[in-house]
Amino acid sequence: MDEEMVRIYIMGKEYKVPGNLTILTALEYAGYQIIRGAGCREGFCGACATVYRMKDDYKLKADLACQTKVEDGMYLAQLPFVPAQKSIYDINKLKPEVGTFQELYPENFKCVSCNTCTKACPQDIEVMDYVQAIVRGDIKKAANISFDCIMCGLCALRCPAEIVQYNVGILARRLYGKYLAPRAKHTRKRIEELEKGMWEDEVNKLMKLSKKALKEKYKSRDKEA
Amino acid sequence: MKEIIYYPGCTLKNTAKNFEDSAIACSEALDFKLHELKDWYCCGTVYSLTSDDLMHHIATVRNLLRVQEEGQERFTTLCSMCYNTLKRSSKRINENENDRETLNSFMDEEENNYEGKVDIIHYLQILRDEIGFDIIKEKVKRPLKNLKLAPYYGCLLLRPNEVAIDDPDSPSILEDLITAMGAEAVYFPFKNECCGAYETVAEVDLVVERAHNIIGNAKRNGADAILVSCPLCAFNLDNRQKEVLEKYPDFEGIPVLYFTQALALALGLDPDVCRFDLNYQPVEDLVRGIEQ
Repeated sequence: MDEEMVRIYIMGKEYKVPGNLTILTALEYAGYQIIRGAGCREGFCGACATVYRMKDDYKLKADLACQTKVEDGMYLAQLPFVPAQKSIYDINKLKPEVGTFQELYPENFKCVSCNTCTKACPQDIEVMDYVQAIVRGDIKKAANISFDCIMCGLCALRCPAEIVQYNVGILARRLYGKYLAPRAKHTRKRIEELEKGMWEDEVNKLMKLSKKALKEKYKSRDKEA
Repeated sequence: MKEIIYYPGCTLKNTAKNFEDSAIACSEALDFKLHELKDWYCCGTVYSLTSDDLMHHIATVRNLLRVQEEGQERFTTLCSMCYNTLKRSSKRINENENDRETLNSFMDEEENNYEGKVDIIHYLQILRDEIGFDIIKEKVKRPLKNLKLAPYYGCLLLRPNEVAIDDPDSPSILEDLITAMGAEAVYFPFKNECCGAYETVAEVDLVVERAHNIIGNAKRNGADAILVSCPLCAFNLDNRQKEVLEKYPDFEGIPVLYFTQALALALGLDPDVCRFDLNYQPVEDLVRGIEQ
């Protein structure tokens, strides 16, 4: 192998691995079989939250193992699961107001603005800002800020106020989507048109065509440039 | 027009929207623009008395830092609880370099260090010291004649001494405002009695007793309404009248207004800015009385 090898420490034990690997693939290169703590391997599912530290640095860092390349002197550990609390609710019975959060996630209001959650977030979300938006009842803002959350759980693991930010955030997005977001009027209109049978004649005509005629029609369809 | 950075606090964005909307409208009518702080954080509601508990001052320091980053050295707020928490906390952090250093090193993701120079003043202090009650008197378009108001201070504007906006034992700032608005300030010895504050969550009966005493004192002295500057006082003296009535069936309710709602009426502003729909006790009769 031509690529440069780097020295990493997996749960304290030293390994030499190619420097172009991600943390996740480096763990596998070293012989670990990742059963929990990995998912899509594309940075979308949030399953591979990882905590690491660089040699001679006291700071614990957090990221997604599938999105972060190994570096020389990395101390690594993979998190299999975050056993965080999740409130069970019926979205149809909730109101889009601050009281809903006070009831379902009262710990959200223990936020002291330390910003540790934001520092831990691998998605670079301003986590504290959406927690604070909820404190003041601004559900729209919380939904917008937390939109890119992939529920990896690192914020909750680091929070000194023991808030489960990502579950609070998804509640904000659900409430916003169900009750607050403006409705798309054109979609409603088109659904009504469909229900009235606007396209039925067209569909019936197509159904009666031969396979050859269908192919011909498909080839000569209007295409966007 | 003069401008000052304004810190709303969480309650003014929710149940006390009537406080915020009326205050913003008043300040514009008085040529004093409130410019909302960008990215503010909950003040923490209660000042932490534990000497080594710096964690509960971080929110304050971040707010002070945001003010500093806007190139200002002072800002204002309306809620008495926010005022008290931010003022006490900022005093401690401004006067204590070690605390400041510890917090600045904790907030290592911030671009700037907090330098310890930002101060907070209460909206009432702007009315008194920056605008002046004589000017307010000149700008009153609808004097609140024949209206008797009980000025309720509660605790947080006056205690402890080092953050008091007026004489803690014998304050007069609300009385002076009431007089400037053309109303009469009634003698009100219970004006700086505690309303029971957050005991309202766990000890409703305690708050009911206190509300009953305070409101009774105001009414015996002839008040038509009580003026407050704190959303929690407002809740305990206004909303809790429901429970007071349950316990004392001959109790007669009284409207409770934020001082900014009364000021908006006196300045001749559209009563809609007062959001009276958020007041618990009906105030329609009172407003009609003023308009006639």
